[in-house]
Amino acid sequence: MKPATQPTPAPGTEPASVPGTEPASVPGTEPAPVPARRTGARPSTAAASRLRYGAVLTALTAALALAVVAGLSLGSVRIPPGQVIDALLPGAAPSPFRTIVMDVRLPRVLLGVLVGAGLAVCGTVLQALVRNRLADPFLLGISSGASTGAVVVLTLGIGATTAVAMPIGAFAGALAATVLVYGLARRGGSMTGTRLVLAGVTVSYILTALTTLVLVSSARPEHFREALYWSLGGLGSARWDALWIPGLVLAAALPLLLALARPLDLLLVGEEGATVLGLDVSRFRAAVFILVSLVTAVLVSASGAVGFIGLMVPHAARLLVGATHRALLPVSALGGALALVVADLAARTVASPQDIPVGVLTALIGGPLFLWLMRSRNAQGAVL
Amino acid sequence: MTASLTLTGITYETDGRTLLHGIALDARPGETVGLVGPNGSGKTTLLRCVYGTLRPSAGSIHLDGDELTALGPKARARRVASVPQDSPGEFELTVREIVAMGRAPHKRFWEQDTANDASVVDDALHRLRITDLADRAFPSLSGGERQRALVARALVQRPALLVLDEPTNHLDIRYQLEILGLIRTLGTTSLLALHDLNLAAYYCDRIHVLKAGRLVASGTPHEVLTPELLAEVYRVKAEIAVHPTTGAPTITYLPPA
Repeated sequence: MKPATQPTPAPGTEPASVPGTEPASVPGTEPAPVPARRTGARPSTAAASRLRYGAVLTALTAALALAVVAGLSLGSVRIPPGQVIDALLPGAAPSPFRTIVMDVRLPRVLLGVLVGAGLAVCGTVLQALVRNRLADPFLLGISSGASTGAVVVLTLGIGATTAVAMPIGAFAGALAATVLVYGLARRGGSMTGTRLVLAGVTVSYILTALTTLVLVSSARPEHFREALYWSLGGLGSARWDALWIPGLVLAAALPLLLALARPLDLLLVGEEGATVLGLDVSRFRAAVFILVSLVTAVLVSASGAVGFIGLMVPHAARLLVGATHRALLPVSALGGALALVVADLAARTVASPQDIPVGVLTALIGGPLFLWLMRSRNAQGAVL
Repeated sequence: MTASLTLTGITYETDGRTLLHGIALDARPGETVGLVGPNGSGKTTLLRCVYGTLRPSAGSIHLDGDELTALGPKARARRVASVPQDSPGEFELTVREIVAMGRAPHKRFWEQDTANDASVVDDALHRLRITDLADRAFPSLSGGERQRALVARALVQRPALLVLDEPTNHLDIRYQLEILGLIRTLGTTSLLALHDLNLAAYYCDRIHVLKAGRLVASGTPHEVLTPELLAEVYRVKAEIAVHPTTGAPTITYLPPA
């Protein structure tokens, strides 16, 4: 206890408080430690929020399952859902339906699940990392680097087929951009959120200019179209033999990020706040930046730069379950997968047989939906 | 938990300017120690050196026998809690979530909060009278409510040393008195930067006075707060009397003649 080196009569009008006791209570509240009403109230709100969280996860999982089945059954050829299930069962007899479902649609839908979940989770984490809700996975130069890499491969005609060479070029470009941004942001020792954004945006601009320069000086105008399509993103190139790469990367990265939920939460309270709560902010930020960049680079090289998912889904998920990452990351992952599978379904059906770049649709559908979410949230008087 | 704090020769330089000149001060176990001085005198810089967001250019900071600057951020956060001046931003965390972050230094990254953690949080919410705000979004709170939530977070850390920068900022007078009274009852060694000299005089066991990055006086409020010192450090005229009810020195500022 504190030595009473000071005379301690009452401050202000309150009755005298003796050092070593609680400050005098206000009339109407019990001076007893934690009133029973409160202890009783807390678990019930906690239980209610757990129930709500369970409901959100269940609803999203069910919606995703539905979207996957729809994604397998709809398209230029309609396959009834019953036949889709039959085709998926092991030992199903070979049939044209089975070929379409297993060889064409299933890898595409699965790639949608992986890329959607991955982009949404990377977006969520990056928003915490730079403490800005406008951040998305492409803010830090990764997509520009990927575009540059892909376009260089395209115009130089490296590799026998661009279908194989472009993803490799994209990955190399994304890695180079990451190294560049990391180096710039790390100069001077500590890595702050602001410095990371500045480095990312600068590198983005330079690489975008470079991409344009390469395209403009290319002798073949069809490169423009191809590059544009690639940079808008799409799942059309999904193939079984390449699916394991994003699959493996996500299987490793998602549990790791989930385990880092607590320090990610700490980042939300700012550099100083996180430091005094025991986080080595600069080192943690650098490590997570590298992890997220690698994941994004893999995703972008598989699908092109599908925009908006990584920006919008984290917001929507926060509106549903709050900002703490242990709750947020699974919901983001499911929501991202759902959003991209649905958007891709729309991309290949609305103008069938023409494929619309899915990035166009994520923005077209996602934008208004997002605005509506924000409005309904604001109507409840909550701070967005 | 409580500990003694000893600063020796703390100097802080940045961009070729020296903000702190060889500060030496101490706080004995359980003491409430005030740090006062005009704007820009180095109070916040000194506190930052103690709670670890700045690294002093020279000098040492001991908490009991341990050199604080040699501890990693996490080990330090288990023993030193603080309320920095930057406020948690725009993300929609609830008051409970913000306060519960005070458990972080005691946890592995992947560890979940237990029932014990929840009851520590409940207790702090109750002590600061913000139980009713627990499920509110932090950004929707008033300045005073935020300040109380951040003090609650510091209590949840269960520190041996509490370092608070203007803990009464944004608070109306009732909560100013309540928070300072609460800090005194904790039994935790506390180092507080305070603007209000009358509050410092009443609630602090000892006061250290900073002026332009130098320590100019240390002692009990009675020893330190004199008209001469106020004239020298703050350039104000003041009368100081011992208040008949509180027994603490009480300052009345006089308008410049």
